[in-house]
Amino acid sequence: MESRRNPRAVVDPKVRQVGFFTSSQPDSSSTQQQQQQTDPIPASASSPPVSTISPSGNSLSPVMIPPPRLNSSDTFPLRGAAAGASSAVSPSSFSYSNRRDFPDGSTTASPGRHSRGSFVKSSTPVASSLPGIGMDSMAAAKSSSVPASGLTTVSVATMPPGLAEKASGMEVQSDQKKNSKPLKEKTTKAERRAIQEAQRAAKAAAKADGGKVPPGTSASVASTSVKVAKPAKPSTQKNEVSVAAGVTEKKGGPSEKDRKKDAPHPRMQYDDESRVVKAKRRAVVKQTEAKNRVELFRHLPQYEHGTQLPDLETKFFQLDPMHPAVYKVGLQYLSGDISGGNARCIAMLQAFQEVVKDYSTPPEKNLNRDMTAKISSYVSFLIECRPLSISMGNAIRFVKNRIAKLPITLSESEAKAALQSDIERFINDKIIGADMVIVKHAVTKIRDGDVLLTYGSPTAVEMILLHAHELKKKFRVLVVDSRPKLEGQLLLRRLIKRGISCTYTHINAISYIMHEVTKVFLGASSVLSNGTVYSRVGTACVAMVASAFRVPVLVCCEAYKFHERVQLDSICSNELGDPNAISKVHGREDINYLDGLTNNANLQFLNLMYDATPSDYISMIITDYGMVPPTSVPVIVREYQKEHLLV
Amino acid sequence: MWRRSPSFILDRTSSSPPMAADTTRTPIQNPDSISAYYQTRAAHHGVITSEWLSQAQAAVGGVVSGDEHPVSSLNELGNEKSFNVIEEFNSWRKQPDLAEAVAAIRALAAVIRASEATTMMELEIELKKASDTLKSWDKTSISLTAGCDLFIRYVTRTSALEYEDFNSAKSRLLERAEKFGEISCKARRIIAMLSQDFIFDGCTILVHGLSRVVLEILKTAAQNNKLFRVLCTEGRPDGTGVLLSSELSKLDIPVKLLLDSAVAYSMDEVDMVFVGADGVVESGGIINMMGTYQIALVAHSMNKPVYVAAESYKFARLYPLDQKDMAPALRPIEFGLKIPTKVEVERSARDYTPPQYLTLLFTDLGVLSPSVVSDELIQLYL
Repeated sequence: MESRRNPRAVVDPKVRQVGFFTSSQPDSSSTQQQQQQTDPIPASASSPPVSTISPSGNSLSPVMIPPPRLNSSDTFPLRGAAAGASSAVSPSSFSYSNRRDFPDGSTTASPGRHSRGSFVKSSTPVASSLPGIGMDSMAAAKSSSVPASGLTTVSVATMPPGLAEKASGMEVQSDQKKNSKPLKEKTTKAERRAIQEAQRAAKAAAKADGGKVPPGTSASVASTSVKVAKPAKPSTQKNEVSVAAGVTEKKGGPSEKDRKKDAPHPRMQYDDESRVVKAKRRAVVKQTEAKNRVELFRHLPQYEHGTQLPDLETKFFQLDPMHPAVYKVGLQYLSGDISGGNARCIAMLQAFQEVVKDYSTPPEKNLNRDMTAKISSYVSFLIECRPLSISMGNAIRFVKNRIAKLPITLSESEAKAALQSDIERFINDKIIGADMVIVKHAVTKIRDGDVLLTYGSPTAVEMILLHAHELKKKFRVLVVDSRPKLEGQLLLRRLIKRGISCTYTHINAISYIMHEVTKVFLGASSVLSNGTVYSRVGTACVAMVASAFRVPVLVCCEAYKFHERVQLDSICSNELGDPNAISKVHGREDINYLDGLTNNANLQFLNLMYDATPSDYISMIITDYGMVPPTSVPVIVREYQKEHLLV
Repeated sequence: MWRRSPSFILDRTSSSPPMAADTTRTPIQNPDSISAYYQTRAAHHGVITSEWLSQAQAAVGGVVSGDEHPVSSLNELGNEKSFNVIEEFNSWRKQPDLAEAVAAIRALAAVIRASEATTMMELEIELKKASDTLKSWDKTSISLTAGCDLFIRYVTRTSALEYEDFNSAKSRLLERAEKFGEISCKARRIIAMLSQDFIFDGCTILVHGLSRVVLEILKTAAQNNKLFRVLCTEGRPDGTGVLLSSELSKLDIPVKLLLDSAVAYSMDEVDMVFVGADGVVESGGIINMMGTYQIALVAHSMNKPVYVAAESYKFARLYPLDQKDMAPALRPIEFGLKIPTKVEVERSARDYTPPQYLTLLFTDLGVLSPSVVSDELIQLYL
């Protein structure tokens, strides 16, 4: 996208109209300024800037200016600087046309910050480019040295939070490098100095608040940003600006926000090097990426198992912005103590309840926004521990929605109470209550003499079986299990304890055993709107064999796990498990033939966690809205989403 | 639900066509195990031919009361209300042009009328009780259950009721119940109009069962001067096909009677299959007279379209997984020869046709594909 835009920006002279502008009223709204500017801008743009490097003129500049959106033009007091008045101009005269940059009010580059930065350096403000989110708006920018003052500020910046992903189009800049080269060589002494200074400042700041950014990380941030800090690179510069902001404002504690914004997108493509690097830089949990990933699944995150835990433990006291409850849940995800869609979701929601309970709005902040940012940062932490499930995604969406919808008139304590009860209600109605209803429906389908097959250890199915047993129905259960998790054994234990007659087998025997089965009950991690059931790996196999034997397949899934996404295969979205789990059999030294081969470049292990079952193989989905055919999932999603927002 | 019905296609003034008149019954060997659903059906089917009318009229009084006594005497032990409801229902049921669902709603309306409740809540509870007794009185009838559910749904769901005072709310409910009967007749007209586009000149239509809606469709098509041929299955043991064919021949529609087992043999010359439905279930499949499933299978394997005509009050929140997964409606079967006592007889009166074998459903909500049924049900009941 950007690569298409850049050339355009360079070619199209209009784009460069976006110029620099000095405004005498620091607080004037950007729109106003904009309007005032419209006329002067072209002039300023065409007038050769004072700074040697400033490319804002007609020269071929690498400045990335997105296609000319009028309102997105950014102004900067370059002209003022040129006029020699620049030092007097406070950076707050920056006008930001791209208001969208600051979704949380946690502006990466807010006027205030800039002014602070510039005061520190007592320098002329340096023009910087501020690409808007999604690059749709952008600032014209060049860092320029102003001979008069002799001092230049270069802001060093972290990635602007919200921009992290979208703006990761920064690679594009490498294309621009060519253009920027000449400029780069022109870098003035002042500039280089500025860079050094910025670097130093970043280091100092990083040290100062080590907790929020891992020391190594911040240093590397600084260094990278410096490396990239060629004036010719607009988007890097933008980064720098925000870093500077972050650095100078450290104490303000925007760290969660930075973290949140830099957090990997839940469905980040892990075969995209640059994004991975970026994500890593910000990660709280240090993870070592696994080598030898299977080519087809390279886009999924996979880390060396067990590398995160010790690291995270040592960091316990440094992670000050992390709420202990969230931290605990994260650790539990990481170690696998909590697994199963509902359990994970409930644990997360309860942690959020704790968060809400202990929350107090920081001064000069808005509860709605700050809380959303906080939750987001926690979520990104949880993602680092283990990729989110779709159900968790839905729950998070619910929580955020509730926060956003809180009436401003509520006092803080009222708002907190309302939120806590909302979350409580979600857990009770949508998860626990839903399970009850599912059990009620499903039990009607169990008749005397049935042989029920289940795969793995779905909680809903377990409840159904136990309830049917309580109702004195006569049936037999076939538990099908598979390596490496062998979750079925736990289910088997619990069923046998209640006196249910069970048969246990591995999935290898499924085609043999299927002919005696009368119904198949399966759980699901999620149901997608084309009726595809996304569930524990192996489920698709069971469903297909069952439908080949004309045995009805019933999928039990709470409606909060439904998602409007459509997925055709289990490749594009999945989770990779620990490869060692399939390469070794614990307690069986005699058959561990793969010992010592785990790091062989010619050997890749693929331990998939989920698979997608096409709707053709499913006879019925039992949900809290009753028993529906897989073709009706979109209706439920539609109706439910409505309700979801109203809850 | 009714609001969305494409009733605009109907002429406002058109009155519902007079259907045949009264009841008669096939002989019943053991009344205890025969589903009441089947009795109503048998009664209605027996009637259509006018030749039977006279006998029927004679038969009505004795027969109906005869087979009701065991049931109502059971209920007499219970509370008085249940007795009333069922009595009422049965009296409505005797009118052959009234669908069971309508009879059920009329019966519930009578409950409202008789009710001494003073608050909406009380009335609701009373209604609920009455509908439960009705439903449990005959578990095999799908449209009875669906009709009760629909009406209760309307009572509990209509928010307008809450703002009115009790008496006007009550009269509104009654009005609604009255309307329901009209709606059911109107629905047939709508369906007949909708399905005209699917009948083309020179086509051959296979019909199974005796459905008032299907008959209405064929009648309308004949009135519209469409040229088509009808193959009727015999419909053992009720001889539904015989009745239907005689009815059609009166309309000068070329008709041919087949043995039930000759369906596959003659499927080649068939262009489309038309069936009615006792109930349309949530999966989009239908529950209908025995034999529908196998006809649908044959048609499906020969790529012939299978069309189902059903009023929307037959949509039921049921989801059978297979044939055995529903309450069987048992019926007596006369084989003509003496059957040794050791031989078991399959006496179920209906089967379940899964949605993948159906092409389209003609309903008063429009022409639907099977998967839409569930959407409608979800919107109706959730």
